[in-house]
Amino acid sequence: MPVTVKIPTPLRALTLNRDTVSTEAGTLQDLVANLESEFPGMRERLCDDTGELRRFVNIYVNGEDVRFLQGLSTDLKAGDEVSIVPAVAGGV
Amino acid sequence: MAVSVYIPSPFRRLTANREYVSVEGRNISEVLDAVNAQYPGFDMLVYDSDRRVPRHINIYVNNQEIHDLSGVDTQVEDGDQVAVIPALAGGSDGVASQALSADEVMRYSRHIIMGQVGPVGQRKLKAAKVLIIGAGGLGSPVAIYLALAGVGTVGIVEFDTVDLSNLQRQLLHQTADVGKRKALSAQETLNAYNPGVNVRLHEMPITSDNAMEIIRDYDIIVNGADNFATRYLVNDAAYLLGKTLVDGSILLFDGQATVYKPGQGCYRCLYPSPPPPGLVPSCAEAGVLGAITGIIGSIQATEVFKQVLEIGEPLVGRLLLVDALTMEFRTMRIRRDPACPLCGDNPTVNELIDYDQFCGTPPLMLEAVGD
Repeated sequence: MPVTVKIPTPLRALTLNRDTVSTEAGTLQDLVANLESEFPGMRERLCDDTGELRRFVNIYVNGEDVRFLQGLSTDLKAGDEVSIVPAVAGGV
Repeated sequence: MAVSVYIPSPFRRLTANREYVSVEGRNISEVLDAVNAQYPGFDMLVYDSDRRVPRHINIYVNNQEIHDLSGVDTQVEDGDQVAVIPALAGGSDGVASQALSADEVMRYSRHIIMGQVGPVGQRKLKAAKVLIIGAGGLGSPVAIYLALAGVGTVGIVEFDTVDLSNLQRQLLHQTADVGKRKALSAQETLNAYNPGVNVRLHEMPITSDNAMEIIRDYDIIVNGADNFATRYLVNDAAYLLGKTLVDGSILLFDGQATVYKPGQGCYRCLYPSPPPPGLVPSCAEAGVLGAITGIIGSIQATEVFKQVLEIGEPLVGRLLLVDALTMEFRTMRIRRDPACPLCGDNPTVNELIDYDQFCGTPPLMLEAVGD
């Protein structure tokens, strides 16, 4: 059973408007690589030049912020739900 | 025949700080005796030497003062709410000094009838001072629901003018308001809804120079800003002043909402640094569904009520995500980050900083606060 990834609307231009993507991945690092190969441009939205997760895009595994888990090394298992949540400033 | 008795804060030293006491009694005299039986000395506070309720103490049964009823012989029924409200020279107990008129009791009856609000809760709303950053998409539903509910003081930070493109979502402003000062338009709308609300206008960009002064006077801050610099500024100022911040943001079909209480995580714990300018589009650049502002703004207003009324589980430590396209509501955990420069274990941000520099935005960006 694969991992489910929830894509926020601002990134759906990359995923052909799909709000949910499934992929087989053992770690978050694998997941980012899979997303990049399927939807080129995704890595740049999630990671900076040094390969670290950007500090204004949060990734949650089953509701937990991966910065408080093991970051990109966080293990994933079948059935996990991964959410990508970018900072949004709009209020008006 | 259990009735709930509200104990005003000056009397709570007798009741082990309990705000409500539940006692049995058929009339007010028996109710007061029953409270005194549990907390000896109480009758010294509510009766004078002739064992009459002095003029400076009002006692309400379901929001009607007993002087207008049958005094201490006023009958009570199971489930009634009794409130003991002393007049205070110092006015320090904001709640106790907020008596409700007959019109107010009628206007707010759908709230007062609920046990979680009641006459005491309605007085808490009347005593509350809430500041809203921006009178736009989020600020509109927040301000309107707070005004409708009788929040006594609603402050609005806004200095822009109403633009035709605002009207697709900003409920405070109408077609005839185009070109008008937004703050004034907001005040007129809110007072048309409810003339009893004191609408205070702060017609200036909120900056590091004035944020502490503006925010200091309010109990709760609601963020409806539209740029990262203002969001970090308001976050820092609210934390430094120990204020609860009810946060919300929107873009396209997505919305986010959470509540920051000092010491339980902040915006910097959630997003340690802002995106470089231009990477995340604004609503003006990318668009926003008008109705999502109503969803998120209503959630923010609801969280304000819960804070003021001290009921329910606040949206603290949780980031609520709303996706209007899938109509999924999900919550993610927010933790206080021990490494947070503001609220972490070794804070380095101890006063307001230059937020334009922090966000890499030109100072003019601030002018978009109230767009």
